[in-house]
Amino acid sequence: MTTSAAGAALAPARVAADRRRARRRAAWRRRGLVLLFMSPWIAGFGVFFGYPLVMSAYLSLNHYDLLSAPRWVGLANYRYLFHGDPLVWPAAKNTLWLVAFMVPLQVLFAFGIAQMVARARRGVGVFRTVFYLPALAPPVAATLGFVYILNPATGPVNAALSHLGIEGPLWFNSPTWSKPSLVLLGLWGIGNTMIIFLAAIIDVPKHLYESAELDGAGPLRRLVYVTLPTISPVILFAVVIGVIDAMQYFTQAYVAADIASGSASNAASGANNLGYPEDSTLFYPVLLYQQGFRYFNMGYASAMAMVLLAVALAFVLLIVRHSRRWVHYQGGGK
Amino acid sequence: MRRVATFVASVAVLALAATTASAGATVRPAGSTGTTTITIWTGFTGRELGIIKGVISQFEKTHPTIAVKTVGGISDDKIVAAIRSGTAPDVTQSFTADNTGSFCSTGAWIDLGPYMKKDHLSASMFPTASAYYTQFKGTRCALPMLADVYGLYYNKALFAKAGIARPPRTIAELTADAKKLTQRDASGKITVIGFNPFLAWYENAESHFAPMWGARWTNAEGRSTLNTPQWRAFLTWQKQLVDWYGYDNLVRFNASAGDEFTANNAFERGKVAMILDGEWRVAFIKAEHPELKYGTAPLPTASAKLFGSGYTTGNIIGIPKTAPHKAEAWQLVKYLATSTKAEATLSNELRNVPTTKAALHSKLIKPDRQFATFLTIFANPYTTTTPITAAGAAYQELFASWTTKWQAGKEKNLAAGLAAVDKQIDDQLANQTGGGVP
Repeated sequence: MTTSAAGAALAPARVAADRRRARRRAAWRRRGLVLLFMSPWIAGFGVFFGYPLVMSAYLSLNHYDLLSAPRWVGLANYRYLFHGDPLVWPAAKNTLWLVAFMVPLQVLFAFGIAQMVARARRGVGVFRTVFYLPALAPPVAATLGFVYILNPATGPVNAALSHLGIEGPLWFNSPTWSKPSLVLLGLWGIGNTMIIFLAAIIDVPKHLYESAELDGAGPLRRLVYVTLPTISPVILFAVVIGVIDAMQYFTQAYVAADIASGSASNAASGANNLGYPEDSTLFYPVLLYQQGFRYFNMGYASAMAMVLLAVALAFVLLIVRHSRRWVHYQGGGK
Repeated sequence: MRRVATFVASVAVLALAATTASAGATVRPAGSTGTTTITIWTGFTGRELGIIKGVISQFEKTHPTIAVKTVGGISDDKIVAAIRSGTAPDVTQSFTADNTGSFCSTGAWIDLGPYMKKDHLSASMFPTASAYYTQFKGTRCALPMLADVYGLYYNKALFAKAGIARPPRTIAELTADAKKLTQRDASGKITVIGFNPFLAWYENAESHFAPMWGARWTNAEGRSTLNTPQWRAFLTWQKQLVDWYGYDNLVRFNASAGDEFTANNAFERGKVAMILDGEWRVAFIKAEHPELKYGTAPLPTASAKLFGSGYTTGNIIGIPKTAPHKAEAWQLVKYLATSTKAEATLSNELRNVPTTKAALHSKLIKPDRQFATFLTIFANPYTTTTPITAAGAAYQELFASWTTKWQAGKEKNLAAGLAAVDKQIDDQLANQTGGGVP
């Protein structure tokens, strides 16, 4: 009697335990399914981002020449970076110059072009194509083209200027003009950002303009109080992407320096023209490449990469934090 | 448990299959075809690559069990990447000896000492400079395969027009002739330049000028010695000549000079009266501008004792540590670097300087008058090369970074600037060897 009573009392508990187990199994199955669907991303993230990041952090504390095993040196690479390497600060200054001048100009230029294309009444398709097409040109080919047309002695730009009685600048051969020349190249290929701005401008609700117009707002006020606030999330996007791109600026600087210095075909030469002229195009990623792949000093290059990551992160956080003051999301979201 | 056992068994079978396949890929079964195919990567391209292939086909005739696949246009970056990923070929040839230090010190290229000993070869068969730049701290991981030697090329027609009878022998003569030979248009722009002193233009590297003043890169302890009278004299002269031309004028002239390794080369087109260049230009002129009337001579020097000397460096050839067929690779390396016939053929056709003493004195070498100048410079006891370091050419590049500012007039204090570069180079070398900042 006692046994059967106890058994009866235990039965519901066992059922509850079974249910809990079943729920747990179902939850695990669900998690497994989620993981299964996420696995391509997890694998990609791990292989192409997580592992390189961890390895860069590890290698930054080692002497590593790519060919023999890494050797632990502690913080020596960071000490050399901050206290020994004479090229780090010029390279950082060049990169900051890009962030300060190229990024705002690119955003302004892309916005301006998008505004014009959005207002065009005829040939909209042609204008969109014309302004977007340069974005499809491979960076190396585009840079080669610009070095050719801006050649101070034989280029068509200076030839045209000389017909007007103006002696053209030395462009990529001048430390004063080399970065502005790269900015011109950057503005020419701004198609991607322009298209994003164009989509955002077209997407601004018409009734907002109508209301503003009824309130007596002219074109400038409509731009400042309707267009800009409405597309401010896109401006934030363009600024953040622009800053990150500027900090990673490499291909165009590498090609322009190599071609303008006249050394491109000289495979036998040990001479180095990265940063030509006078280190004016020696951007931080170019110096990182020089250390890692020309000097085979990969431990130091990894330390440079870690510092670049930290600085880029700080910049983006600063911009995003500051953006709360000027970015407006439709529906009032922040 | 059964699943685990099945999985382990499957992995084991796959691993075994992979190992077998891998082994099959690297070791050709004896007697299957009777030949082993090896691959050589070389920096040569175009016309010069064709010449290399011709000599390698001679090797294949004398070594019927070895077939060679030749790949041209390879840089050191690609060689290093391939060694790291285990996809390096059997033999690699590099255009620059600057990376000998890292190849030897890391074991990326194997030590050829045991192979040489087995075949009774000694490094004394190579001229001193070539023997030096193919080893690092006693490890011989490379052999020299033709040397480059630098001298002066001059345009005879422009010399005759200016009334100059012979090429300059002193720095003062070089300066005077450079000014006399220079032609400008009405606006003052340079149309023909006497001698272009602009560093980083064509072959105007600091290392190529150094022997003219007897300037040395390091002292006995391996410390950088740029702040010395010889380097200061060179840079003072160089800046004065740059200023005489006008920095902007030189930049504009350089931008219009044409690509160095094409038929647009400014010297070949008669736009440059005197130029510092390598011995290979003889073959380029013959192929591209045979009508050019020119001569060759040793570079002018600051002292009579140094006249006749110059700068030399050269191609290096070795076997990557991951080479699949090392024994066959050694046969090819030995042939290209030590066979008198191979060296002579390459020298005659490429117009590079042979790098064995036997080949240098061989009757197979048929130098024309222009090329003979470089053989004489190579044999001069004061002819020097650049130091081999574990940091490659980093010390030269740090110096070049400073000299570009110097010639632009951005650096005013020569001695202080050179002292600062000395420190930067010593710091870089210390960091490169893993010692951190000293």
